[in-house]
Amino acid sequence: MNVILISLLTLGILGAVAATILFLTAKKFYVYQDPLIDQVQAVLPAANCGACGFAGCSGFANACVSATSLDALLCPVGGNAVMQNVSAILGKTSSEAVPKVAVLRCAGTCEHRPQTNLYNGAKRCSIAHNLYSGETGCSFGCIGFGDCELACTFGAISINAATQLPEIDENKCTSCGACVKACPKMLLEIRKKGAENHRIYVACRNEEKGGIARKSCSAACIGCSKCQKVCDFEAISINNNLAFIHDDKCTLCGKCVETCSTKAIVEFKLKVESL
Amino acid sequence: MTKLIISPSPHIHSGDSIQKNMFGVLIALAPALLMGFLFFGVGAILTTLTAIISCVLFEYLIQKFLLKGKTSITDGSAIVTGTLLAMNLPSIIPLWMVVIGSLVAIGVGKMTFGGLGNNPFNPALVGRVFMLISFPVAMTTWSLPGTFPALDAQSGATPLALAKFSDSITEMMHTNNFSILNFGIGYMGGSFGEVSAFALLLGFAFLLFRKIISWHIPVSIFATVFVFSGLLHWGDVAAPFFDLFAGGLMLGAIFMASDFATSPMSHFGQIIYGVGIGIITILIRNFGSYPEGVSFAILIMNAFTPLINTYVKPKRFGKS
Amino acid sequence: MHTFRIGGIHPKENKLSAGKTIIRAEIPPQVVISLSNHTGAPAKAVVEKGDTVRVGQIIGEANGFISANVHSSVSGKVSKIDSQPDVSGRKQLAVFIDVEGDEWLETIDRSPDIISQCNFTKEEILAKIKNAGIVGLGGATFPAHVKLSPPPDKKANILIINGVECEPYLTCDHALMLCHADEILIGVTIIMKVLDVKRAVIGIENNKKDVIAHLSKLAKNYQGIEIQALKTKYPQGGEKQLIDAVIRRQVPSGKLPIEVGAVVQNVATVFAIYQAVQKNKPLFERVMTITGKDAQNPGNYLVRIGVNLSAIVAQAGGIPETTEKIIAGGPMMGRAVASLDTPAVKGSAGILFINNEQAQRKEAANCIRCSKCVNACPMGLEPYLLMTQSENSLWDKMETNHVMDCMECGCCSYVCPSNRPILDYVRYGKTTVGGIIRGRK
Repeated sequence: MNVILISLLTLGILGAVAATILFLTAKKFYVYQDPLIDQVQAVLPAANCGACGFAGCSGFANACVSATSLDALLCPVGGNAVMQNVSAILGKTSSEAVPKVAVLRCAGTCEHRPQTNLYNGAKRCSIAHNLYSGETGCSFGCIGFGDCELACTFGAISINAATQLPEIDENKCTSCGACVKACPKMLLEIRKKGAENHRIYVACRNEEKGGIARKSCSAACIGCSKCQKVCDFEAISINNNLAFIHDDKCTLCGKCVETCSTKAIVEFKLKVESL
Repeated sequence: MTKLIISPSPHIHSGDSIQKNMFGVLIALAPALLMGFLFFGVGAILTTLTAIISCVLFEYLIQKFLLKGKTSITDGSAIVTGTLLAMNLPSIIPLWMVVIGSLVAIGVGKMTFGGLGNNPFNPALVGRVFMLISFPVAMTTWSLPGTFPALDAQSGATPLALAKFSDSITEMMHTNNFSILNFGIGYMGGSFGEVSAFALLLGFAFLLFRKIISWHIPVSIFATVFVFSGLLHWGDVAAPFFDLFAGGLMLGAIFMASDFATSPMSHFGQIIYGVGIGIITILIRNFGSYPEGVSFAILIMNAFTPLINTYVKPKRFGKS
Repeated sequence: MHTFRIGGIHPKENKLSAGKTIIRAEIPPQVVISLSNHTGAPAKAVVEKGDTVRVGQIIGEANGFISANVHSSVSGKVSKIDSQPDVSGRKQLAVFIDVEGDEWLETIDRSPDIISQCNFTKEEILAKIKNAGIVGLGGATFPAHVKLSPPPDKKANILIINGVECEPYLTCDHALMLCHADEILIGVTIIMKVLDVKRAVIGIENNKKDVIAHLSKLAKNYQGIEIQALKTKYPQGGEKQLIDAVIRRQVPSGKLPIEVGAVVQNVATVFAIYQAVQKNKPLFERVMTITGKDAQNPGNYLVRIGVNLSAIVAQAGGIPETTEKIIAGGPMMGRAVASLDTPAVKGSAGILFINNEQAQRKEAANCIRCSKCVNACPMGLEPYLLMTQSENSLWDKMETNHVMDCMECGCCSYVCPSNRPILDYVRYGKTTVGGIIRGRK
């Protein structure tokens, strides 16, 4: 009986002492944090991808709470839906963001762009890129070892074994831009998703003169400027023998796609049934 | 001429491979193994075969069906684990226990961590210690050497067990007619692979010659054991020699402590690790409840390896 | 016999063309001289399309402090100035010259006489070296005049000449030391005068006993020059390793050799300096080794800069049938090339054909933490750790683990029993960390 009593007392006193210490330290080191930050963070996607320009979702939540207007703030991953939730919590308005998606600006499949040598080093685009121009004649094209696939935290990118090019899954891509940073050839671009996922862009970055570009890849942009002439909206510019379609001016009329002789301009249109 | 191959430099390779290292270790183990076979007969051979076959088989099965990946049994590391495990067992142990020990060694000790190179503890020792704790009687029933056929051998205590209960090791050796020469050849009771110190040293010489391991770990263990044992048994002349040659110290220091994956990377780190093993071994031998402490000492220091690797760096060029 | 004290490996030497004399290579109808023949800013072209040039005429002017002049190696007409892929396939601006005859500038002394008297002042010599466009011919192609002008607060007290040639297969420096020993020794005295040092040591690996004997005999006639035989070990030709081997002092991390009072020059650079100062001859040709296990005629060729590599190879018996990999430079640090259709540059030390047995890397396995890379690293780094950190983009950790000390010698990848591409990843990490450090400034 005595033993039980002693042990109960000892443990009880120990517990009480520990609780007091815990209570006091918690009081002493208490840091006030706006409860709104936690609420905002709860509706964020928790991807911590950094695409918003802040250090993780908590950084973004902090910025949202302290900002006077949400106009300049956007979570590219969550898009409008999340921003609306955030504005509902904070009672601030947010401007409508245009949904965006990553596109690959290279159409150099194995068939268009024959291999000229075999790479036998560590299979990373960045390592091969530091070493030399690449396995094909085109020194601008996709290397195909999948640095973008590794960089994508949403599993939206996978390398197609047949074409050796990455494929981007529309539905999973959050336009966070991690792949853009990972690609040493700077082939990925965040573009407007477009109505019904309809987009037109130049799938090439080859800045060589027409003949040389054509020789290394049959799907290369040769800088012939036919598309520029046919475009009624001045949406196409040509620099260094390479066309670029500005998505803010492009009306998706599709004239340039028809006129492109190398099929370097790609029109992407998702079938309505998948929407 | 076909397409040229491009790769970053260097463009030549030494030709070294995991196989070469593993089979080098096996060759280095061969003399001690043969001495074990010679003294303990059929039992030793059967134990070895069982351990090797079950280790290789378990590795294959786990990689093939559990992990569904490529199998790497051809690299020889499972054979080394099996051989080392067997050499740490008494020759008269029931074979089904060996199979269970192998399963623990490969399954728990190695594959759970991601296979070769990722295991924090020496797999053979994980298996051995598991068996020592699970089957204490079988694991400490030693046959005496030279009693053929070994299957119905007479069992007896190991010198280390005898030493545990005597005040003076010199006296104990005298009363039992032991000599260091006997220990060197391996004419004593114990796990069948650990008894022949000379054969193990021959293997050590081979490993050094082929540059499979460096001298740092084994030599620092030997030195620590010798000095520390001498200090503990001050005046007992035979004690340091006894501690060096008796039990599994040679086998442990040369083949198990120096295991690639579980030992530190830098030379200075390896010496710290070796000294730690030496001290813990002598502490267990003198103050612990087990007569032998090499296995535990190595496993304990294995746990310190990541810490040593973090804080003890190799000597950098240009750093005085 | 000394060698450097940390790490190192002993690859098979395979010096197939050792002891062979230097063969003068023929000049093809067109040469392409890159304006980025050196480390640093590309030279600025000073000729135009249609200009006629003579051998030794300046065609590209140094553009900035770390840059070097480029000279025509042939006589003829400039057909165009255009971009040309270098050995790694990157486009560099180059001068294309159609060859007509072989007319040299009159100022160049073409006589075979050896001129040992040098009456120029320090400044005059430096100017001549600068004008001649001399760069380090050991492989780094760092402009020589920059290296020979240490900052005013630092004083060199020893000149170390790199005659090590630790790369397997390569023998161009070996051949040069055998054929032009006197010129090299005079070149050493010239550099000693520039640096105002009393002592020079020529470090030569012990696998070149003929050179050691030959040079030791001749060096007695020159004051302050010693020949030191070094124990053969790769990468002894690394600047820091050579200094450690010769004077037993280690250059601190991130510092230049002048920190320990040493200046290092390659023998080929010394020979070029001799020619520039005593013979007025700019750097427009160099000795290259064409070699390989299956090469028909491994040898050392005197090659004009800008000559297409395939033209040189054709003279040496062509590309062997079994070739699967062609290396510009040595097997440890050279570059694999996708095509030989690229011009020779000042840094080209050799062309090596690797046959089908060694061309393919073996498949990489798990790291077994055998610590062989740690023991082999001549800079005392932990390559296995740097590799995993690079794989996982842990750049700050790589920096604290001194990745910037790595000199990419390749010892780690060479010894790895698991055939892991250690250096591939470490080099990538080094490039990235280097960029981060530069960005901070």
